[in-house]
Amino acid sequence: MKRLLILEDGSVYEGIGFGGNDFRIGELIFQTGMCGYQETISDMSYYGQIIMMTFPAIGSVGINRDDFESMNPQLFGLVVKEYCDAPSNFRSEMTIDEYMKLKNIPGICDIDTREITRKIRDNGVMKAVMADEGADVDKIVKELKEAKDVTNGVSVVSAARPYTIPNRGGHKVVLLDLGAKYALIRELNARDCDIVSMPYDAKIEDIMSVNPDGVIVSSGPGVPDYIPQTVETVKQIAAKMPVLGIGLGHQVVAQAMGAKVNEMKFGHHGNSTPIVNLEKNKVEFTAQNHRFDVDEESMKAAGLKVTHRALNDKSVEGFVHESLPVMGVQFNPEAAPGADDTMYIFDQFIEMLSK
Amino acid sequence: MPRREDIKKILVIGSGPIVIGQAAEFDYAGTQACQSLKEEGYEVVLINSNPATIMTDTVVADRVYIEPLTLDFASRIIYKERPDAILGSLGGQTGLNLVVELAETGILEEYGVEVLGTALDAIEKAEDRDKFRELMFEIGEPVPESVIVHTTEEALEFAAGNGYPVVVRPAFTLGGTGGGFAHNEEELSTICENGLKISPAHQCLIEKSIAGYKEIEYEVMRDNADNAIVVCNMENVDPVGVHTGDSIVVAPTQTLTDRECGIMRASALKIIRALKICGGCNVQLALDPQSFKYYVIEVNPRVSRSSALASKATGYPIAKLAAKVAVGLTLDEIINPVTKTSYACAEPCIDYVVAKFPRFPFDKFPKADRSLGTQMKATGEVMSIGRTFDEAILKAVRSLEMKTDHLLKEDVEKLSDEELWAKLKDSDDERIYVITALLRRGASVDDIFDITEMDRFFLNKFKSIVEYEKVIAANKMDVDVLRTAKKRGFSDSYIARVWGVDEREIYDFRKEKGITPVYKMVDTCAGEYVSNTPYLYSTYEHENESIRNDHKKIIVLGSGPIRIGQGVEFDYATVHCIKTLHECGYEAIIINNNPETVSTDYSISDKLYFEPLTIEDVMHVIDLEQPLGVIVQFGGQTAINLADKLVERGVKILGTSLENIDRAEDRKEFEEMLKKLDIPQPTGDTAFEVEEAVKIANRIGYPVLVRPSYVLGGRAMEIVHNDEDLRVYMATAVKEISHDAPILVDKYIVGKECEVDAVCDGKNVFIPGIMEHIERAGVHSGDSISVYPAPTLSEDVKKTIADYAIRIGKGFEFIGLFNIQFIVDADNKVYVLEVNPRSSRTVPFLSKITEVPMSHVATKCVLGHSLAEQGYEEGVKPEGSRYFVKAPVFSFAKLRSVDTTLGPEMKSTGEALGSDITLEKALYKALLASGVKVPLRGNVLITVANEDKEEAYKIAKRFSDIGYGIYATAGTAKYLKDKGLYVREAAKVNDEGKNNVLDIIRRGRVNYVVNTMSEDKNTSLDGFLIRRVSAENNISCFTSLDTAEAILGVVEAQNFTTISMNEMEG
Repeated sequence: MKRLLILEDGSVYEGIGFGGNDFRIGELIFQTGMCGYQETISDMSYYGQIIMMTFPAIGSVGINRDDFESMNPQLFGLVVKEYCDAPSNFRSEMTIDEYMKLKNIPGICDIDTREITRKIRDNGVMKAVMADEGADVDKIVKELKEAKDVTNGVSVVSAARPYTIPNRGGHKVVLLDLGAKYALIRELNARDCDIVSMPYDAKIEDIMSVNPDGVIVSSGPGVPDYIPQTVETVKQIAAKMPVLGIGLGHQVVAQAMGAKVNEMKFGHHGNSTPIVNLEKNKVEFTAQNHRFDVDEESMKAAGLKVTHRALNDKSVEGFVHESLPVMGVQFNPEAAPGADDTMYIFDQFIEMLSK
Repeated sequence: MPRREDIKKILVIGSGPIVIGQAAEFDYAGTQACQSLKEEGYEVVLINSNPATIMTDTVVADRVYIEPLTLDFASRIIYKERPDAILGSLGGQTGLNLVVELAETGILEEYGVEVLGTALDAIEKAEDRDKFRELMFEIGEPVPESVIVHTTEEALEFAAGNGYPVVVRPAFTLGGTGGGFAHNEEELSTICENGLKISPAHQCLIEKSIAGYKEIEYEVMRDNADNAIVVCNMENVDPVGVHTGDSIVVAPTQTLTDRECGIMRASALKIIRALKICGGCNVQLALDPQSFKYYVIEVNPRVSRSSALASKATGYPIAKLAAKVAVGLTLDEIINPVTKTSYACAEPCIDYVVAKFPRFPFDKFPKADRSLGTQMKATGEVMSIGRTFDEAILKAVRSLEMKTDHLLKEDVEKLSDEELWAKLKDSDDERIYVITALLRRGASVDDIFDITEMDRFFLNKFKSIVEYEKVIAANKMDVDVLRTAKKRGFSDSYIARVWGVDEREIYDFRKEKGITPVYKMVDTCAGEYVSNTPYLYSTYEHENESIRNDHKKIIVLGSGPIRIGQGVEFDYATVHCIKTLHECGYEAIIINNNPETVSTDYSISDKLYFEPLTIEDVMHVIDLEQPLGVIVQFGGQTAINLADKLVERGVKILGTSLENIDRAEDRKEFEEMLKKLDIPQPTGDTAFEVEEAVKIANRIGYPVLVRPSYVLGGRAMEIVHNDEDLRVYMATAVKEISHDAPILVDKYIVGKECEVDAVCDGKNVFIPGIMEHIERAGVHSGDSISVYPAPTLSEDVKKTIADYAIRIGKGFEFIGLFNIQFIVDADNKVYVLEVNPRSSRTVPFLSKITEVPMSHVATKCVLGHSLAEQGYEEGVKPEGSRYFVKAPVFSFAKLRSVDTTLGPEMKSTGEALGSDITLEKALYKALLASGVKVPLRGNVLITVANEDKEEAYKIAKRFSDIGYGIYATAGTAKYLKDKGLYVREAAKVNDEGKNNVLDIIRRGRVNYVVNTMSEDKNTSLDGFLIRRVSAENNISCFTSLDTAEAILGVVEAQNFTTISMNEMEG
């Protein structure tokens, strides 16, 4: 079945449809990971985005029960060169096509993904949408041009009610859920943390009421400006106890401390982005998904010191506060998918809690 | 960290001659490394014995020594050059082994030479099985249950306790030489005994078999700040059990989830960090297809065949960066030379699929044991890039130069079901065609999986290709089907065959319908960063990234995969041609598909198209680039064979014209031309069918030399003595060759063989030198020991040869390189055997020793610059006083059941050069470099045919005079004894006794074996066994008395003779 991918700049790509058919306007971004598509598509921080995989063969290992990063994937679409309907892996339970039909997420294949990647690289991120063959392209392009940014992502993906993942022997940690990945919970679990997950709009009193040793602000979709109440909450918490921000959480913490957040041209979306650990002067590889970064100019006044920096574009990838036990990392130290070189971030956080 | 200032001069070790398991990839790695070090301002001294390489060009390093890679010669160079450091990790196993030897003898310490790249203890930890296992236990990485043995008894004991099958891996050997699977005691005894003998450490690893696991490779790099990266991971289509060099390999891995990739990545990085390697490293892992259980199989603490493949697969130049890292630079401060906009400390992301397909030598050795195992058998490989697996694999299969254009082999298709299933179990080099044949007949993926254990992902891909064949067949000239077929990678020639039309028709039809490929760039980053790498591959998609500019451009066709008869020499000539074009202001564009070579390094040419060398794929590039013309004379027969189809399509061939190429290659035209030029050649004729050949043979008289026209490396060439053998030959060889080329039948002349390579500008001819072969005519020139200056040719003969060469060059109006083979008979009459209108195997050798950059000069001729303009006068360049010897190198130990007798069909895989002030010294070096040991005393086993006995006596006598002991089989022994020599008689092959001739060889009692072919069928099997056992036991076996005599001369020159005063007469 033919399907179209229509971009904000008016370009139309014809491909073959797969998966569901719930066409929604999203931000078209490219993801450079060569494996781990199951983790990528189930990472909720992709809410509002149409993911285009630069690796051309997607679905070769199928979908298994263990590698999800959330119950319900939140991406608005998947663009690939080729998907595989005869997957092979000992854990595979269904094809990616079957899974995306189940979750009603539209996919399109037989697309020159490299061409579109180069376009986004040169011109920046664009809005896009899929459509059936024969759709009124002019009308759709107009809609794309007028479409507003998706700002409600966190409210959709954040768990509505608090819940606990009990444990003994470790620290009590509040997870401020902006769209947390399972891998994050897994890492905290592995370090014996007694976790209380709270919604993004949890009140400061509710957080304080569980008497945590520290707070983790998770990754998620969008930018801090869309969730001012979370920024405000984090600002108050940071004065009281250790805080670690990851991904969107990193930006939220930075903004709470007074720094600014900027839009990047097309951001970092990959499984192996090199960054420099400035303390050890060593390169580490990281999983990343972000389109905004913390403005370095504004950090000094906010009392933040850069700890990690992207090797290539030098953008800020991590910080600590000069006096408070507050830190943030733009990358995903929990990996899944991607390189796990930076798991030590969790150990550093635990150490902070122990002080 | 900046480069180290405390070292100034670095000695780089090359990898020596090409053998199975160590091929052109080290020329690529070594050349990159030397250039990279020079770039950083170091003085580079190189030692390598292989003259056919770019690496040994004088411009690559500051000082280039083409000397044997032995302790003795490397030490001499250290004494002379006093380097501050030594780098061996870019010269393959040979390089590493030499560094270890130099260190062990204390020379490095004595002269203060630091080991760069891989430290000595890391080499030991990775290579010594005991220490490797110790290290793996220490860092918690799993290795298969195993034991290190020094005797066969220990091996049997282990297997009895742990169960069969087991794998035998001899320590410190190349490409798994001598290893194998053993399913029972008997097999284990045989393999283990052999392994212990071959291993320089007399040590074998006996390991529990993990055959059937997925074989995964990681190419990793590390710098001295402990930054470590994965350059590429690769998955073998064949599971563990088939050597990775013989396996079809894809990059990146296709059947692993992120969990599995993460586990393997962590393991590989942990290992390179534990070994503290500064440079590249290859980690081979085995992964259970049913769990996360894995084992580390092997670690190569150096650049390797796989790293060359990884470099070409990702664009990331491992060797170049390994050299920089070795001198202290860190990856995060080196700019990625591909993107030039990001840093080298990045794990390449690729947005395509790469397939590597091995190239086996069984077209030349149809009788060899073709089954695949832990012993590598491929001589070379091709790589292809596609946007999908289907596209990559189908492009790869038509790049092989095996007359395959699809996953289909006619001979295999003809087999019965039973035969196919039986063949599948044998797991030989044709298994992929067997699988597709079975799928075509409706076999299930599961049934094939049960036998092959190839991941179902790959089997399903093959199945879907086979299924689409039916769609193609059912929809003749359907545009949509054609478009899909092309997207999936099907070749025009296959589709044309199915549709019953001419290939050209499909091509034109596609162009008319706009079904043409675009070109995508290999950029290490999947398009994330801007990159201008001129490294491209074709695919049927939307956006074309190869933008044509207005420069005058010329396309050079490469030589494809390395196989016997077409080795790295052709890549050498190709690279020089490209460089010359560039210097002369042309945009030089190369098309080639061999990932091992220098020519497919994107920094060599202005544009590299990594594509199959078929008319279809080449024409696509020509259509896009609109070059002034195409140069075919440097790419060996691969390129030459495309010439007529290119001309047919209106493409201009630069240099020697197609008419003149044909004139040299077509027998009839060639004969007429020589007649016209008044140049003698052995009488002969062309036959199209069996009885015709018999008639010709009887007319000119036996023995005759028979061969198909249009072949390279003496493929299917034989000396035939009677009608019966000729009929057998015609029945088998003609089928083998499988195209309608006629058979040439020539009188076989006994005489000295010599050859020239020459350059002609269309009017004048320049001959850099005349080479003489040690072996008399009948041994293929590529297998002969070749000497320059010619030691036994008279001035008159040399003059005649030069005169003929000049007449031929002018007569055929050659423009560029050509090669002529001559025979000089007992009366000093000179005959022309053949003329090759192209670059030859000896061009690099002759270029280096005569200091005439032949490819460069020839390319300039092609561009219209006359020889005179370039400063070359007509005639032969005056000879110097130094002797140069090129010795062939064989890979017989690795190819079971191949007869090692030298004849008209080429068998060698590589060559080594020796040079010195006397012929004997030069020969000594060449032999040493080619792996022949030259001990001053020992024993020689002589077993020769009746007609050779008198000559053999002379040789035996001289061996005896210098104190060598003589062993001989009954007939020869009697003859020699009767002549008064002291001879120990060796019992026959089938004699159970201790004195059995094979046993004498196996136990290493003799240094050399001299064995000539007997026409007596009864003894020919014995001869075969003697030769095979010699090959497998690493004992030099000479099948030509000429070779034996040459060796003898060398031993004599190093030795003293003792003769009694009584013998001094006359």
